[in-house]
Amino acid sequence: MSSSVATQQPAQSSSPPTPAAAGRPQKSLFARVLARPEVGALAAAIVIFAFFYAVAPTFRSLPAASTYLYASSTIGIVAVGVALLMIGGEFDLSSGVAVTTAALTAAMSCYQLSLNVWVGVVVSLVVALAIGFVNGYLVVRTGIPSFLVTLSTFFVLQGLNLGVTKLITGAVATPNVSGLDGFASARAVFASDIDLGIITLKITVLWWLAFVAVGTWVLLRTRVGNWIFASGGNEASARAVGVPVKKVKIGLFMAVGFLAWFLGMHLLMNFSSVQAGIGVGNEFVYIIAAVVGGALLTGGYGSAVGSALGAVIFGMTTQGIVFAGWDPNWFKTFLGAMLLMAVMVNLYIKNYAAQRK
Amino acid sequence: MTDTIADHAASDLKAGESLVEMEGVGKAYGAIRALEGVNLTVKAGEVTCVLGDNGAGKSTLIKIISGLHPHSEGTLKVDGKERHFSSPREALDTGIATVYQDLAVVGLMEVWRNFFLGSEIRKGRYPLAPLDIKAMRQIADTELQKMGITVKDINQPIGTLSGGQRQCVAIARAVYFGARVLILDEPTAALGVKQSGVVLKYTAAARDAGLGVVFITHNPHHAYMVGDHFIILKLGRRVLDKKRSEVGLEELTAEMAGGQELAELSHELKR
Repeated sequence: MSSSVATQQPAQSSSPPTPAAAGRPQKSLFARVLARPEVGALAAAIVIFAFFYAVAPTFRSLPAASTYLYASSTIGIVAVGVALLMIGGEFDLSSGVAVTTAALTAAMSCYQLSLNVWVGVVVSLVVALAIGFVNGYLVVRTGIPSFLVTLSTFFVLQGLNLGVTKLITGAVATPNVSGLDGFASARAVFASDIDLGIITLKITVLWWLAFVAVGTWVLLRTRVGNWIFASGGNEASARAVGVPVKKVKIGLFMAVGFLAWFLGMHLLMNFSSVQAGIGVGNEFVYIIAAVVGGALLTGGYGSAVGSALGAVIFGMTTQGIVFAGWDPNWFKTFLGAMLLMAVMVNLYIKNYAAQRK
Repeated sequence: MTDTIADHAASDLKAGESLVEMEGVGKAYGAIRALEGVNLTVKAGEVTCVLGDNGAGKSTLIKIISGLHPHSEGTLKVDGKERHFSSPREALDTGIATVYQDLAVVGLMEVWRNFFLGSEIRKGRYPLAPLDIKAMRQIADTELQKMGITVKDINQPIGTLSGGQRQCVAIARAVYFGARVLILDEPTAALGVKQSGVVLKYTAAARDAGLGVVFITHNPHHAYMVGDHFIILKLGRRVLDKKRSEVGLEELTAEMAGGQELAELSHELKR
């Protein structure tokens, strides 16, 4: 259909004089910035940063920044995918344990068969994408809400993680893979430290920024991005104008699978071994990061940058409590209050922006 | 307005030419027959009105023509060729565009993104090729203005427009992308009098531009203002099929309201 666009020249001669397009009042930059979904999260992130900056002197150092950025990146990498998926109108509750599944698959497949680590990395990628595909396929095929489908996948994977690991290794953790061929290069890709002169960052921080950039570009600058917003915003109407909603949704689930795989590889290369029981509960952390970042629970609205800000809020809070020397037992309470505040700031700013039409 | 919409309509349309012909079309959902034995012809430059109460089979009829659900009986011909659509994309590719009552647009997306949704302009043909956002904004803006729809800002979410304007943007979009047959599903149902007027004017403009229009409604007054041909459905069957010259508004209203049944009912309830 797009080919017909080029053939349709505006018929200037026959049309009556039209009101000049340039004469339209443009919204001010301020109003346009306020209309972005991530503004509330940005405000909240600044407030939380200022708060810890004030109460915890150690929080002000560059190594501290490196620490909380690393913590943020381990949340933010998967949260990018989860945010895109939520904009597309679906949930994924299996993303937390899928990270563990990916790490376990990679570790055990290459260790048991004494293969190069990279073989395990590739096998694990296939498995992670398959998990995403199955989630997506079941959701679009059956019409069952993704909340239920991925809740089932969550339990299935959680059981498999423990059961299969116990069956193969006889323990609840994988063997140490650091002695295998290819480990050094895999570690360089997934878990090395990058010295930037003034600050040393974990490589995941850079990968995270790259994923956020790609996610943002896809969402705002490509046809697929348009389709993601439409699939989540109004599925029936998107379908009626020819958007392949089912493919978009399956693709989004697979993107979450890919990012879960990436984080799984980081965990494996960073610690050389993986506990089979970890990852449970992280799916909510990713979803919360996306929501704090402005993604609507009902779909059709949100941003990748927002999910990154949500992850930064999380990372700063977890590490900030430690830097402030408080009892970490209070962490969850503090976190809950922070989240509620972030979401309320978000809502307030959105309403404020909506009034400035 | 009429001139400018004609400039953009597909140029190979000849008034009176049959675009869509349905013969004995029916649809069963399991044991339930939602539609049976419906004959309908959509001609270029004419508005065919399909009237009926709730559950009469109007929605099933549009779903068949627009490709959302394939029919299970009879034949559907588009431009003389028999078709069996399995997706809305297939129907769109033969020039059949549908504008739905409540789901014409994606409310949270900008006007220009809605205008080009599903037919985006890209700067290349490879996957993930960037969108030509500047061109799309500009085209959507000038097209809407030319077609007599003024929106304050092409970048505002379309949900901030009025219901009538939203319908008009959806119709303008269909016409711009070369629709030959335009199906309007209850376009005036949720609108006030003034907003309905805007949509009806726009429907007439599409007709005058040579498009075949199927206007689905349960409001005989709106139908009679723009219609050339009227079909009334009741419980999945056709109970009236007349040209404008053969039927008056009163007969249409009476038939719509139940006709015979209503007469019997008023007799029974007589005090």
